[in-house]
Amino acid sequence: MQSRTMSGIGRRTLIKSGAALGAFSLAGPAIIKARGETPVKLGWIDPLTGVLSAPAQSETEGAKYAVAAVNKAGGILGRPVELLVEDSANDVGTGVAKARKLIDRDHVDAIFGDVNSGIAYAISQVTSEKKVFHIVPGGHTDPITGKDCKWNVFRICNTTSMDANAITPELVKHFGKRWYFVTPDYAYGHTLQEAFIKALKKAGGEYDGAMLPINTSDYSSTLIKARAYKPNVLLNNMGGLAQVDCMKQFAQFGMGKEMGLGGALFELESIEAVPPVAQTGWWDMEWWWDQPNQPEVVKWVADFRKAMGKTPSARHWFGWVAIWSTKIAAEKAKSLEAIKMAHALEGEELPPEVKLQPGKVFYRAGDHELMPNIFVGQVHPAKGEGNYFTVSSLVNGEQAQPLSETGCHMTYPA
Amino acid sequence: MLTLVLFNLTNGLILGLFYVLMALGVSLILNLSNVINFAHGNFLALGGYVAYALSPYMGYWLALLVAPLVVGLVGLIVERTMIRRVYARPHVYSLLLTFGLSFILQDFCRMVWGVNGLPLSIPNVLNQPVSNTLFFLTGYRFFLVGVVVVAVAALFAFLGFTRVGTRIRAGTLDLDTVSALGINIGLLRSFNFALGIFLAALAGVLAGGQIGLNPNMGDDLVLPSFIAIIIGGAGSLVGTLVGGIVIGIASAVTAIWWSAGSEVVIYILMVVVLVLRPRGLMGEEGMMT
Amino acid sequence: MSATTISAAPSRTAKPKLHLLIIWAALLTAPAWMGYIGGYDALASRILVFGLAAMGLNLLLGFTGVMSFGHAAYFGLGAYGAGFVLRYWVHSTPLAILCGILLGTVAGVVFGALMMRRTGMYFAMLTIAFGQICYYVAYSWNSVTGGYDGLRGFQRAPLDLGFTVLNIRDNGVLFYYFVLAIFAVCTALMGLLLRSPLGRTMIAIRENPRRARFLGINVERHILISFAISTFFTSVAGALYALLNNFADPTSLYYVISGNIVIMAVMGGMLNFWGPLLGAAIFVTLQDYISSMTVNWMSWIGIIFVAIVLFFPSGVLGFLRRRSASK
Repeated sequence: MQSRTMSGIGRRTLIKSGAALGAFSLAGPAIIKARGETPVKLGWIDPLTGVLSAPAQSETEGAKYAVAAVNKAGGILGRPVELLVEDSANDVGTGVAKARKLIDRDHVDAIFGDVNSGIAYAISQVTSEKKVFHIVPGGHTDPITGKDCKWNVFRICNTTSMDANAITPELVKHFGKRWYFVTPDYAYGHTLQEAFIKALKKAGGEYDGAMLPINTSDYSSTLIKARAYKPNVLLNNMGGLAQVDCMKQFAQFGMGKEMGLGGALFELESIEAVPPVAQTGWWDMEWWWDQPNQPEVVKWVADFRKAMGKTPSARHWFGWVAIWSTKIAAEKAKSLEAIKMAHALEGEELPPEVKLQPGKVFYRAGDHELMPNIFVGQVHPAKGEGNYFTVSSLVNGEQAQPLSETGCHMTYPA
Repeated sequence: MLTLVLFNLTNGLILGLFYVLMALGVSLILNLSNVINFAHGNFLALGGYVAYALSPYMGYWLALLVAPLVVGLVGLIVERTMIRRVYARPHVYSLLLTFGLSFILQDFCRMVWGVNGLPLSIPNVLNQPVSNTLFFLTGYRFFLVGVVVVAVAALFAFLGFTRVGTRIRAGTLDLDTVSALGINIGLLRSFNFALGIFLAALAGVLAGGQIGLNPNMGDDLVLPSFIAIIIGGAGSLVGTLVGGIVIGIASAVTAIWWSAGSEVVIYILMVVVLVLRPRGLMGEEGMMT
Repeated sequence: MSATTISAAPSRTAKPKLHLLIIWAALLTAPAWMGYIGGYDALASRILVFGLAAMGLNLLLGFTGVMSFGHAAYFGLGAYGAGFVLRYWVHSTPLAILCGILLGTVAGVVFGALMMRRTGMYFAMLTIAFGQICYYVAYSWNSVTGGYDGLRGFQRAPLDLGFTVLNIRDNGVLFYYFVLAIFAVCTALMGLLLRSPLGRTMIAIRENPRRARFLGINVERHILISFAISTFFTSVAGALYALLNNFADPTSLYYVISGNIVIMAVMGGMLNFWGPLLGAAIFVTLQDYISSMTVNWMSWIGIIFVAIVLFFPSGVLGFLRRRSASK
């Protein structure tokens, strides 16, 4: 925000001196006009290359789609919106450098990112240091809106605890209480598994599990171990391409006959990457396109398909909500100042054309976490275009994780 | 517990054989051309993708053979136009060249086939566990082992009993003498490079049936190949074979007690071997340069 | 190879003095003009950090003629060493840098000793493998290193000089000058080293290891010394990198970083003292720009690698020197 004031002063000085010199009087109106059209710059950072590139690409597509829609609807505060996309290459150092570049050089008004929670966290250190409004569309680890929550950071995707709490009752109901975890060895995996264990213990269950490197591709040894434990259900917590590999091998080993399969997330991008035999299990969707009873969703999905040539995933929805939320915050605050935007967005409820689902969807004031519905259900081979998932219940986000359990103490700068 | 160990030993052997296929290619190229091929894993991915592209037209079985040939040809072109030009230069150049190539190939796969993983379908015959107890021995994994064994046997037979093979082996030991005997070293190296790439691509098609296809799929296999070579000993293909199997078993057995350590253990193994037997298990003295 | 004699002693003739003037003028004024060419403070600091890492590597690569493709290990360990101090011990920037150097250099000496009897490609392969050991340790040892997510939750501390406190934590420009000061000390040390008998021995080994051996030089020991010194400077750079990002993560140990450091040295000109700095400036800036412009930046970086190897093997400075010589 610093930069904007500076350039504002710069322009005023120029106009004044122009008037004084007379010769430059023509420059005055031109500059004033340009000021009205100065775009609102939004900096978008996602790991477009590397193992998380599939969800990152969808999120970015969703954001671009939203920017086009926002511009059609008059932009933000009457100014056009410009999206600057940067690749974090799934590397923290690069992600941080990109954030600094977007803030210091491009003077963006808000930062978005990253799919990788570790990078999202590192970026949030930069944005809070620089006092820039920051939305995390799709990095799941709890601390971002939990014990490390920051006044300038909002998050759209669920916390791992929300996802775990939503699916646990279904898994217990359908399969039983003896679980085996296959979990990636990093913050996302750790918090997800902890959340599951907490929820499982509440239900009186028992578990064992394996922590694997994040980009493991061979699961044979792990699956041998898993089967020896004789669990009722195997929880595949791996993400992205690693999850796909695990699903394929689970199916090939014929383990589906002996145990259930499920977990927090099996995203549309991943479902499409596995053969039909591995399209199975009970999962959460953080948003699901097939909502025949919601006319505005049906229309939105049809428009999206027409424009993008694909079925929207939850990641597309994250991108969509992130951009619209910025518009909502800025226009309610009548300012692009981070601190005003943050206050404006607290507790704010999303309108139907943005939330794209039934019920009340809002940013919880206490931790800046979006409270949507969690779509719980079963994955199956496609019954029509993009139709891989049947929703069995909607779990309310606030019910999945009450504020008291987040560990967030929100403090604003003095 | 015993069953678990036995299962994992067997499983490790299968994994190891896969590493072998990869490492033998790297080793062939290293031995004769003195080039470390960083792009080997990307040729592997390319092999999987080409098979994916070809199989709708010619079926899985033919694609299994044709895709490695196609990629081998790509390897040949790369060798003739680029790699060949750095043989006479300090090592740093060949390393940087294959390093750069690996970036280009990875991005090429991403551009053509997208960032999303793709499933390479395998024939249904292979897609079933053979028995319920030995559930991890799927038809496909038997098939994989069969193909690797045949390929490795064919490679060793080729190197041992054909004239070109003998020359490659001789060139590994003493390139100057082979050259002095009037053998066209350039052609020999080109062929040898293509052969190594063929093996990588074959590994890619096989891997594609088990894990998904993605632009990064070969990345994690390159470094284990290096380790297999170091453990086995430079200059010895038999050593590479042994090294590959050893790291496969080590990582599978480690996974029983320490899942996250299945990658670290092969590096620890490497250090142990280097300390106890600096030239590697089967390394020939004087082959370390 | 005649160019090397000049470069080994950068300030002996009149012309290199002019070079020095230009280089230092450019570095000292960088924060003022970075903005005009689309740069920013952190980019300038990044260039210095990688320039120092590449110059450190180049003591080994360009001046001793020994290949290492695993210097990311010492770079990354430098970063972790600095991070450990700030995260677990005391809030002191100088101590952080010292510990980073210590961690990186000790690893360099130990690994160097284990590898030293090998030469050529096999040696290069070992440097990669040892680098990857550090990567996997950092990656797996969650409780200490923060694992895959990296070591976080620390910030560089303001510099207390006794009479005044320099707030390098919040002021990016001030931090740049802090990095530049350390960079200056390091390059001065490197320059002195290269003019010392040890430096001349290193160059003798590069020019002809066999002859050096005949002259009674213990080649292995000198290569080990050169390796250790090189890891020393690379770990200084690593420590600064951690301070720059307020973060240390396993990727800084990954072999891709090693490759980047090597290409920087080669791109600028391995046989020139300042070549790696120029290479780092070009590479870091290009990577920054290209990756903003296209998601296919990997192809472009790859093409740069290939083009340098095939068409400009002596780097930008080598190319310019040859052109001016042929005129």
